Amino acid sequence: MFSTKNFNRSKPVLFILILFPSLLWAYQFVTGNLGVNPIEKLMDELGLMALRLIIITLMITTLSNIRPLKSIVVLRRMIGLFAFYYVCLHFSTYIVLDHFLDMQFIIQDIIKRPFITFGFISFLFLIPLASTSTNNMIKRLGFKLWKRIHYLIYPVAILASMHFYVLVRADKTEPVIYMGIIILLLLHRIFKRLTRPQLVQ
Amino acid sequence: MKILGSEITPYKTYLNRRKFIKGSLASAMLATVTSSAFANHDSDLSIYTKNLNENDKLNSYEEITTYNNFYEFGTHKKHPHLNSGNFKPRPWTIKIDGLVKKPQTFDLEKILSNVTIEDRVYRLRCVEAWSMVIPWQGFQLSQLIKMAEPLSSAKYVQFVTVFRPEEMPGQQKRTIIWPYREGLRMDEAMNPLTILATGLYGHEMPNQNGAPIRLVVPWKYGFKSIKSIVEIRFLDTQPETSWETLAPWEYGFYANVNPNVNHPRWSQGTERRIGEFKRRETLMFNGYEEEVAHLYKDLDLTKFY
Repeated sequence: MFSTKNFNRSKPVLFILILFPSLLWAYQFVTGNLGVNPIEKLMDELGLMALRLIIITLMITTLSNIRPLKSIVVLRRMIGLFAFYYVCLHFSTYIVLDHFLDMQFIIQDIIKRPFITFGFISFLFLIPLASTSTNNMIKRLGFKLWKRIHYLIYPVAILASMHFYVLVRADKTEPVIYMGIIILLLLHRIFKRLTRPQLVQ
Repeated sequence: MKILGSEITPYKTYLNRRKFIKGSLASAMLATVTSSAFANHDSDLSIYTKNLNENDKLNSYEEITTYNNFYEFGTHKKHPHLNSGNFKPRPWTIKIDGLVKKPQTFDLEKILSNVTIEDRVYRLRCVEAWSMVIPWQGFQLSQLIKMAEPLSSAKYVQFVTVFRPEEMPGQQKRTIIWPYREGLRMDEAMNPLTILATGLYGHEMPNQNGAPIRLVVPWKYGFKSIKSIVEIRFLDTQPETSWETLAPWEYGFYANVNPNVNHPRWSQGTERRIGEFKRRETLMFNGYEEEVAHLYKDLDLTKFY
């Protein structure tokens, strides 16, 4: 049995571990060690990291159903906020480094290219999630409403994986794996929902 | 000035240069060591830079040989460089068939002894909206077509890449339908800009760039420039091409570089020149409008993209 205390203790280590890649990539970018097409590389790495973190937050909820891991849920907020952090870096790399703040072009790009549309909506949906991720907010909104808002993580995850899927030209194995994991996690939730009311009765 | 680097190096000079490179320490290291040693390649860049357009700069050998789309060696840009070590580009033959006087198989050495190798400095524009400037060595495809003696009924040329899954690990997975196929209309194939390249920067063609012989069609997106060619077929109908078969709504047979025709995944209005920070405008026909626009004067380029 892992206690809340155990998980809370691991937080500083996790914090550094998850933050570290962004610092490394920033350093490599500045020193010219991100390969031949550094902007593309930076954007890909940041985006992939964000998608993985989003999936991990979904996994945490599922894992917390297992008795001994019940308290793992205390890690979810930090990882979710890190996902938002990486999405922001990913998006600003696209805006600033890739397109040099050419807003007219960027708006066209978001409207015209489905994969960018998916990514952008996913980013928009993450904003209310991130901005309500404090204890105070939960109190102010009430747990029920807060929880409802946070159901947005499902479209976020689906759109983010579609964003990746459509981007890949030929070998779609990796995005399909991520989509598969997301679908399994969602199915598990639906299954739980369907079985719960009977227990209450 | 729209000069296209068609400065001719006589074959003998080319061979001499080749010998010099072979003898140099740099190339001895080149066989065994990775990219950092590549910096020491050929001596005199002025051979190539004099053929450059004023707005272009040569990409480095390292850039050209470590960032490739060659799915036969894997789908990541670094895979061809990392996974092509076991590929054996010699001995090599090219099978000529279809609508020709006499189907036959040419030894690559025989082809090379019958053609003039030239330096051609071309822009390469990938459909993924990045580009490079590459100093190729090669010869006009038209020279080989003349050797092949196609019948007058031949309207198209199809090219086929080698299929060797044991040497090309990407082919062990069905990412696209192997072998890779490409095609050109006869007049495109005969255009003086269209070359078969056998080297770059004075080196034998590196495996990751399509050794030992590949097509270069500088006014079309990079995927048209098929690599490691083993078969050339002359046809009277438009041949199937790999990317068009895989996703016809994304890739057309013509695939001319065209900033005005959008791709569902990439805007084709701008491009990132590898090595540059800011994007640059993409030029119509990749800047070769003067040389090739007449080929398409009766064609609706938004329909035949």
